[in-house]
Amino acid sequence: MRRAVVTGMGVICAIGRNVPEFGEALREGRDGGGPMRSPEAGAEPWAMRFTTAGQVRDFAPTDHFSPKEADMLDRFAQFAVIAAREASKQSGIEWTPELRENAMIVTGSCIGGQTTEDKGFVEVYKRGRPRPHPMTIPKTMANAGASGISMEFGITGPAFTVATACASSAHAIGLASNMVRSGMCEVAIAGGSEATFSEGLLLAWEAMRVVSPTVCRPFSRDRNGMMLGEGGAMLIVESLEHAEARGAKPLAEIAGFGMSSDAHHVTQPSAEGAARAITRALKDAGIGPEQMGYVNAHGTGTMVNDVTETRALHQAFGEHARKLAVSSTKSMHGHTLGAAGALESAAAILALREGFLPPTIHYNEPDPECDLDYVPNHGRAWDGEYAMSNSFAFGGLNAVLVLKRI
Amino acid sequence: MANDLTTGDLLAAGPEPSDVTRRVLRIIADNQRKDVSLVTTESTFEELGIDSMDAVNIVFALENEFNINVPDEEMKNIRSVRDIVEGVHKLVAGKPPDGPEKAAA
Repeated sequence: MRRAVVTGMGVICAIGRNVPEFGEALREGRDGGGPMRSPEAGAEPWAMRFTTAGQVRDFAPTDHFSPKEADMLDRFAQFAVIAAREASKQSGIEWTPELRENAMIVTGSCIGGQTTEDKGFVEVYKRGRPRPHPMTIPKTMANAGASGISMEFGITGPAFTVATACASSAHAIGLASNMVRSGMCEVAIAGGSEATFSEGLLLAWEAMRVVSPTVCRPFSRDRNGMMLGEGGAMLIVESLEHAEARGAKPLAEIAGFGMSSDAHHVTQPSAEGAARAITRALKDAGIGPEQMGYVNAHGTGTMVNDVTETRALHQAFGEHARKLAVSSTKSMHGHTLGAAGALESAAAILALREGFLPPTIHYNEPDPECDLDYVPNHGRAWDGEYAMSNSFAFGGLNAVLVLKRI
Repeated sequence: MANDLTTGDLLAAGPEPSDVTRRVLRIIADNQRKDVSLVTTESTFEELGIDSMDAVNIVFALENEFNINVPDEEMKNIRSVRDIVEGVHKLVAGKPPDGPEKAAA
């Protein structure tokens, strides 16, 4: 089978407006949490059961788009286009007419343009307007990010969006890399984006009681929930032949992809389901468990996820689990839902390329049920060949990517 | 006051456009993210870059601004800024809009 490599990355999130900023923040273990407020300009912080969030602060759409373009794109689609621009630029790819016709776009999003939808429904149900704004439909659709990227670069090949909740963009990258590997296309833009902060949705998270009222402490005994985040991350996924032919330097290889479903429970994860996806990803990469060095965990910081994920790592890696470095960068940038798999794959690629392990911050005390090396609080130097990114969605849908230094 | 305005006022307005006309032009300018000085009753959709979705957005904003209801059928008759301004004047004046609906009735 052909090899799929990453030749460009783009990121926008609470701890970095671009890849260099993101890398520096990961290395330093920077906390992206701050007072949670509406993205509307001048908004006061929200008073909910949780008040801290990983938001892209002081974001002005018109720094990136003309006012008219900004009107047409929900915040989540803006993040998708901004990340794709950076990825395209880094890859040095030239969008020739032939390439534009054959390149693919696969994006992930869990909630699409919720910010727009929520605003429209507030107008109708709260303010008594007869109907929401006409752009509510095209701004809310989950594929608006993929469509925005297609128009940005004039890409006319296959483009679609995957919605598997918190695994969306891991599935998107996995699908794109398999399409490149199969020969369906030479180049794909793949990743995900999310704009999480609309009032109605946040109150639903509040009702679910899975968001921390304080800080996100994945794998720590005193953990009490996740921190919500937002942002976008996109990768240029390319066949190794195509990258080499144009003289591009690959950043990493997408060596393996594993998927599974739990068939268990809508919110409670299953260690067996997660372990199956991990094992399939290792097999797809053609490596043994002992070759894996770093796992960028799903690591949401909820009681249940972190124990279950630890069990899954024990099941899939056996004795080698204790030699893994496992960290949750969600402790820094928050849970970006449909963007998580892409953002965290970017973190894993930076770890491989720049030789460091990003920490799990806010880690206080070991939990007997979470008994692995979680790189607590401080990043450290690392020289490894393989990294893994785990994404496990509500509904029991799992996606795992294996990344290789190149 | 607005009820006193008719299409006749608009067409005979001379150098000073009516209040309704000014508000319509401002809404069109805001939607197109252009300075209001660039929008006149003589502006064409092409000059202002107004496509079919923009027209829908503009009519939505006008419905809210003037508390009027523009029927779907009437949307088909909108091809210029003048069409919009005249249509709003008629609706604000409480006249039934011209168009296929009226013809059918």
